[in-house]
Amino acid sequence: MQSERRNAALRPQKGERLVFDASPVLNERPLHYCPGCHHGIAHRLVAEVLHELQVADKAILVASVGCSTFTYDYFNVDSVESPHGRACAVATGVRRARPEAVVFTYQGDGDMTAIGAAESLHAANRGEKITAVLINNTVYGMTGGQMSPTTLLGQKTTTTQAGRTMGNDGGPIHFAEILAQLGGVAYSCRCALDSVKHVREAKKALRRAFDVQIAGLGFGFIELLAGCPTNWHLDPIAANKRISEAMIPVFPLGVFKDAGQEGGGARHA
Amino acid sequence: MPEYKDVIMAGFGGQGVLLIGNLLAQAGMEYGLEVSFIPVYGVEMRGGTANCTVVLDTRPIGSPLVYRPLSTIVLNEPSLTKFQPRLREGGVQIVNASLIDKSLLDASLSSVYLPANGMAQKLGNSKLANMVALGAWLRATGALPLKVVQKALKHVVSVHYARLISANSAALEAGYNFS
Amino acid sequence: MKKERVLMKGNEAVAYGALDAGCLCYFGYPITPQNEIPEMLSALLPDAGGHFVQAESEVGAINMLIGAGACGVAAMVSSSSCGISLMQEGLSFMAGSHIPGVVVNMTRGGPGLGDISPSQGDYFQAVKGGGHGDHRNLVLAPSTVQECYDFMFRAFALAFTYANPVMILGDAVVGQIKEPARRIPPKGALSPGKLRLLSRGWRIEGFGARGKNGQPRLLKSVYLAEGALAERNRILIQKYADMRKEARCEIEDTDDAELVVVAFGSIGRIARSVIRELRAGGRRIGLFRPLTLYPFPDAALRELAPGRRFLVLEQNAGQMVEDVRLALEGRARVFWHGVMPGLFIGANELEAPILAAFGEN
Repeated sequence: MQSERRNAALRPQKGERLVFDASPVLNERPLHYCPGCHHGIAHRLVAEVLHELQVADKAILVASVGCSTFTYDYFNVDSVESPHGRACAVATGVRRARPEAVVFTYQGDGDMTAIGAAESLHAANRGEKITAVLINNTVYGMTGGQMSPTTLLGQKTTTTQAGRTMGNDGGPIHFAEILAQLGGVAYSCRCALDSVKHVREAKKALRRAFDVQIAGLGFGFIELLAGCPTNWHLDPIAANKRISEAMIPVFPLGVFKDAGQEGGGARHA
Repeated sequence: MPEYKDVIMAGFGGQGVLLIGNLLAQAGMEYGLEVSFIPVYGVEMRGGTANCTVVLDTRPIGSPLVYRPLSTIVLNEPSLTKFQPRLREGGVQIVNASLIDKSLLDASLSSVYLPANGMAQKLGNSKLANMVALGAWLRATGALPLKVVQKALKHVVSVHYARLISANSAALEAGYNFS
Repeated sequence: MKKERVLMKGNEAVAYGALDAGCLCYFGYPITPQNEIPEMLSALLPDAGGHFVQAESEVGAINMLIGAGACGVAAMVSSSSCGISLMQEGLSFMAGSHIPGVVVNMTRGGPGLGDISPSQGDYFQAVKGGGHGDHRNLVLAPSTVQECYDFMFRAFALAFTYANPVMILGDAVVGQIKEPARRIPPKGALSPGKLRLLSRGWRIEGFGARGKNGQPRLLKSVYLAEGALAERNRILIQKYADMRKEARCEIEDTDDAELVVVAFGSIGRIARSVIRELRAGGRRIGLFRPLTLYPFPDAALRELAPGRRFLVLEQNAGQMVEDVRLALEGRARVFWHGVMPGLFIGANELEAPILAAFGEN
């Protein structure tokens, strides 16, 4: 993979100095995501980690269904699409067929924690040596903002128009904590993408989620609290604020399990 | 006319009809014949019987399932009740006299009525009744030489019970020589 | 590989066939009447350097097959009827994404939970592409234990030749019957090396495996741009048209036949017994047994049409008869007799319908 930008417009012009460059693991296609959406940040972090670990050439991305379906349009790695929710099962097949590859899934909360809960839990429980990235923005984004398992209580969505209630819908599911209980999971943590500080922490955690796979320790999992300004009907700044003020109190940040660390409890919460 | 033989073997679960079915199929194969063995499970087992069908032929076998068999081995009464009416004209049934009352036999059919359990007990192991019955079947049908079946025992009896092969062999012979 | 005849069950022959054909991954979930297949492969595959995963469900299993197939590795799942229903979404994805894989369906009685006795009630589900969208599986119908073994080789060869799912459609008779079989690769079998070669142009493995200038690859079935899905479907339709040359059948005693019985799988072999007996009595009856159900051997059947009548025998409420009628294009009279699932049937049950179609009774 060439690291120089092929698109001349993206290269430094005369008198300009390059102070920030996109990861060579990402291509130059403009992202289709909405303004203020955090998929772009999450993509960059994953790409940077793959580049730093120098594993892009043996990486295999298993894409999911949702806004993240088109993840594979942006990553310069081998990819396969999976049916809705089944990314961890597809990744299991990939992992067993290609033991030398670095395999990761990239899924939203509807995909991974609703329709794909069984496949995700059991891949984790088997200790499949894969890395699963969960983007939790508390709604089904692509289909128009319906309730997902991680929707907050009281949150208004197109299918909970008066707000989610415990009585009718149950409460938000805590996937990072659930996965941490499973023997096959080597690393489980939750980070957020709402601030520079949190993004930096997320990058470190993401790296760890790949490290445990490459070291053969087991299933690496990271949940990223992300914004969906469009379906939240907020501007990007207000969306970020919602993450820190409404989501983090419900979804505490931290490391819930780290097979390589003593204790493995919450670290940067 | 190519040589065709079929048999339904039936008894209580545990009487070893599947074992002698397997043994006959294995021996038939070793003898160079086409063979098929199929156990019938499911609803039919709830009547207290297990049964299997073995077909031997010189040609590739069509149906592995037979409704009206040329022969049967029936080790208990429910099996007789079920299969005696289905036996083909000119067929033969091997009937376990130890567990089946003689009055139940259809006199128009050819039957070999032998006390398989009693004979097995005399040989020191009542579990060999199935082998006794198979021995009698071999004699009655002439389907395969006794020695071929005895030789096949080592491929059918599990390693765990290998020490019982000679006893099984003796039971086959006792049934074969019954008259 | 053992050259002598060994007595084995159909399910065991499927497992040995898979192993000998170079299958390296098995994914599955327990269901009767096919459990010998996962049980045996769980012991055999790891010793052969392969992988066995007992999935959390049939949904999990078929998606694992997607992953392994996408990597160009010979892989399979096995299940029965209701389990296959759960796999249909994955099969549609595989067909749409050009991903190979072998699916064994030892059919049980339905609808619903049905029972575990023999049935051919999954003909439609197998042949008509039971999942969404226009998709097709290649479907092979073994009737003997030797065919169970041989067809596994054929299934992997077809799956990799067409980058498409292949289904083996058996039933409780085919799976549970014990017969002698030889473990010798059949004619036309492709070596594992040749299978790997066939996947070279599309498999994913990490672009680094394709040398310095390796470009990323993507296997997918979603095509949202205007016209893109139409183009994809045209490619798929062409692929299905190319598959037509893979149609196979077995024809017996049809030269002088006034009546040709059309039956597949276990019913095909059971019908053969009746036909033999009836021919011995001077009745001119022949047998047409499709070995591939998709593509259906319609040209071979149509050739027999002039001057003959046809009787379709199947253990369902009338499924293959539709393909027989389509194949004959109204050129011959077609009778149908269905045996219901829930019964182990012997040859005698088929005699009356055959005689009726022949013009007696």
